[in-house]
Amino acid sequence: MRHNAYQTQKIAFVLLFIATVLVVLPVIFIVFIIVQKGWHAITWEFLTAIPKNGMREGGIFPAIVGTVYLVVGTLIFALPLGVLSAIYLTEYSKDNLLTRLIKLAIINLAGVPSVVYGLFGLGIFVIFLKFGSSILAGSLTLAIMVLPIIITTTKEALDSVPQSFREVSLSLGASKWQTIQYSVLPHALPGILTGVILAISRAAGETAPILFTVAAFYLPHLPQSIFDQAMALPYHLYVISTQVPNVSVEIRYGTALVLLVMVLSANFVAIVIRSKFRKMKKW
Amino acid sequence: MLVPMSIQNNERKQADVIVQTRELNLFYGDFQALKDVDIAIREKSITALIGPSGCGKSTFLRTLNRMNDLIEGVKITGEILIDGMNIRDEQIDLVSLRKKVGMVFQRPNPFPLSVAENILFAPKIHKTAQRKNHPMIVEECLKSVLLWDDFKDRLDMNALNLSLEQQQRLCMARLLSVKPDILLMDEPCSALDPIATERIEELMWILKENYTIIIVTHNMQQAARVSDDTGFMLLGELIEFGKTKRIFTNPQDQRTNDYITGRFG
Repeated sequence: MRHNAYQTQKIAFVLLFIATVLVVLPVIFIVFIIVQKGWHAITWEFLTAIPKNGMREGGIFPAIVGTVYLVVGTLIFALPLGVLSAIYLTEYSKDNLLTRLIKLAIINLAGVPSVVYGLFGLGIFVIFLKFGSSILAGSLTLAIMVLPIIITTTKEALDSVPQSFREVSLSLGASKWQTIQYSVLPHALPGILTGVILAISRAAGETAPILFTVAAFYLPHLPQSIFDQAMALPYHLYVISTQVPNVSVEIRYGTALVLLVMVLSANFVAIVIRSKFRKMKKW
Repeated sequence: MLVPMSIQNNERKQADVIVQTRELNLFYGDFQALKDVDIAIREKSITALIGPSGCGKSTFLRTLNRMNDLIEGVKITGEILIDGMNIRDEQIDLVSLRKKVGMVFQRPNPFPLSVAENILFAPKIHKTAQRKNHPMIVEECLKSVLLWDDFKDRLDMNALNLSLEQQQRLCMARLLSVKPDILLMDEPCSALDPIATERIEELMWILKENYTIIIVTHNMQQAARVSDDTGFMLLGELIEFGKTKRIFTNPQDQRTNDYITGRFG
């Protein structure tokens, strides 16, 4: 009987280990292939020049810039809105039907497929509000997509600040808003930052939402205003992989590598901040 | 020695009442947590509230700085007069009430900031002090809780690295920076060991010179050691209230007697 239990445990252990390895392997494989096939393409010219000869030569600078613009634009809209509504939901709202409906809606918003956001953005921002296909429309669409991420992580960060901080602050005569300002938000900041960075990597990597709202097939110049179209890395990758014939494998994988590095380094920063936060946290 | 003091206390009885409640009732929804509490607490004395868990002593304490406002479904009737002012009045300025009536919590709860920042938290929020006076405030507050000598060279140390006793002292110092009149202490020693408890009690004796202290405690010996007046509460009622010495030697109510002799609680 005891022997049996021991053997069962061993089998379970091996199965669990294999499952874990199977999860990790594709990740390693993807990164490996992209680095191996793409890193020859990474030159100064590739990073800083505009595409030439029907995107078969030259660089991807406009796409990098476009992605940066879109990420910044997304944050300008999503960050204040998301953080403020998370503060409202955690600190002010009472637990009633309306609040629960709002929370449910936010969870559902996180589950909406990104192409639906794209279609929504096309309908609202591009056509109805007449922003046209533009950085503004794309940023707003991406902002709506990342809002649930920012709200959820901010809410978690606020919830993890001990109730006693609020009590002390109030008992010292601080108003509710002062309490939030001085004894809740500063301690929730690292958690909020983590959410922001997750939102950045999501916004940088998505293709579908920008497909109808901002992305340009090819632009020989950089966007001049928020009402201009822009190139973006994920869409550019799609274009040179499927729409333009005879693009060298190197350029395609080089583009993927640049996108991957941008997203992964954002994630890496998030991880570093989070681990620092965990070390700091002693309450 | 004891006689003149008690005479003096008796003389002050009416004139120096700083906290007075009349028919104070408090409900959490349907549950009545306080029943017709009438109490008169003297200025610059230590008043202890004792009683078994759930008897309403902490609830009572938290009505005095209106911290119960934070809880949903609380209903209060009756009068609470602090310095003759009815603090249940809707017009009352909560900020000045809470500056006047400060609170020390059960678990030491310093902010995860430096020692100095903890003390300057309230002065910064209320903008009561100029920046150049900040070091003076820190020194003053730390001195009054006897932490200055230990920390004058380590003011930038994170408060979470202090011992629990030091943390609790720091919390008191942080509170003193708003210049309160009344200190509410909700079992301030329950997280501390006996030696630390003793030292906090000594500190309370010193603070009594300048502040009115109301302390809720589970520890009857502590009430007997530290307080001038003691109130015994049971199921939301104030059963008996009087001089600590009398309560512990000659309780008038059978229930008080049963409690202090350890028959329940």
